[in-house]
Amino acid sequence: MSAPVLELDAVSRQHGEGATLVQALRTVSLRVTAGELVAVMGPSGSGKSTLLTLAGGLDAPTAGVVRVEGTDLAGLGPAGRARMRRTSIGYVFQDFNLIPALTAAENVALPLELDGVRTSAARAAARTALEEVGIADLADRFPDHMSGGQQQRVAIARAVVGDRRLVLADEPTGALDTETGEDVLRLLRGRCDAGAAGVLVTHEARHAAWADRVVFLRDGVVVDETTSDPVESLVETGA
Amino acid sequence: MSVRFALLALLEQGPKYGYQLRSEFEQRTGSTWPLNVGQVYTTLTRLERDGLVEGAGSDEQGHVVYRVTDAGRDEVATWFTTPVARTQPPRDELAIKLALAVTVPGVDVGTVIQQQRSATIRALQDYTRLKRQEPLDLAWSLVLESLVFAAEAEVRWLDHCEARVRRAAAEAPAPEPSRTDEKQETTR
Ligand SMILES: Nc1ncnc2c1ncn2[C@@H]1O[C@H](COP(=O)(O)OP(=O)(O)O)[C@@H](O)[C@H]1O
Ligand SMILES: [Mg+2]
Repeated sequence: MSAPVLELDAVSRQHGEGATLVQALRTVSLRVTAGELVAVMGPSGSGKSTLLTLAGGLDAPTAGVVRVEGTDLAGLGPAGRARMRRTSIGYVFQDFNLIPALTAAENVALPLELDGVRTSAARAAARTALEEVGIADLADRFPDHMSGGQQQRVAIARAVVGDRRLVLADEPTGALDTETGEDVLRLLRGRCDAGAAGVLVTHEARHAAWADRVVFLRDGVVVDETTSDPVESLVETGA
Repeated sequence: MSVRFALLALLEQGPKYGYQLRSEFEQRTGSTWPLNVGQVYTTLTRLERDGLVEGAGSDEQGHVVYRVTDAGRDEVATWFTTPVARTQPPRDELAIKLALAVTVPGVDVGTVIQQQRSATIRALQDYTRLKRQEPLDLAWSLVLESLVFAAEAEVRWLDHCEARVRRAAAEAPAPEPSRTDEKQETTR
């Protein structure tokens, strides 16, 4: 078996202390290998976003270890983590989080340029990424002039540009209608089929169903998990 | 009911024999509701008795071929323009199970709900794998989506049940402190 791209080893995150202590996540372990898409489901407040921010190095655990491509994020220091976020980890949020003053291509190229890639090379990579998500023709548009679904495609392009191997998506379909949401899942799935590791936080079963495995969180604890083995087919394909 | 109308609708496209009707029905519905050929012939016999289809001789291989009558065409038209009735809800094992789980003492309702949610999501994963096998036949993809929507609705309902059960538990009067709690108090 290949080494996991993402590994959470008995990770906990608590906020506050004493009477105001909140255990957002309690000794959660999770491994995601290349090619795999894992969905995380659970009610509001169950720790889904906490899990994802820890996986993405945006927050640090109070106990346990987070490794991305074998590297312990805690051992990297803030600068190293920031670099890891620009080169290995892509993040997709519900509200797209695009910079309004930049065009689609500029938004996508930004993480590469911040990482010191020359502008022309970064723009070329951005165009390739936009092509991959099917909106190459919108490269010069500003976010305000795009639909929600188009903006989310840009956000996905930005999350995967430069061949980042770990894609983390927090409710990426939350603001989209069913069909558009499905397109977003198709893209994430395609990215994982092409070798990335993905974690998708969602409360929608139809979207979680695109994942190989579904992990259920309750009160910061993993309470259940579906396996990745296909079940015996419930229905046969049409001829 | 629906098999009868489905066969009539298929016959609108031209005369056919039993096996043909079965395979066309299954192709459109992705074998979701398998038909046996005996069922097809029984239905055809009843449709013939009711004047909705008639025999049209047999083909070179000796298959008995049927065609739709004018009365049959009217019947199909009416079927397509009449909504499917939401009659008495069918007995729903899951709803009954949960109704009993919340009332019978000693049942861990949370576990009942989670196990069902897991199983339903596994089914959804299976449907989704089928959806990914493009290109999908339009008729079959609509049937598949109907399964997806139904499973999705079930999961949403389970989420709702879970939230309600948790809220009810939180609002219930606090139980007497147990012995183990007391012990912890005294050792502190
Ligand atoms: N910065 C924080 N300070 C205090 N509590 C927090 C903080 N961030 C999250 N929490 C708490 O941690 C729990 C998990 O939150 P979160 O991971 O956002 O849940 P989810 O994404 O599943 O809705 C919640 O109870 C939330 O209130
Ligand atoms: Mg959240």
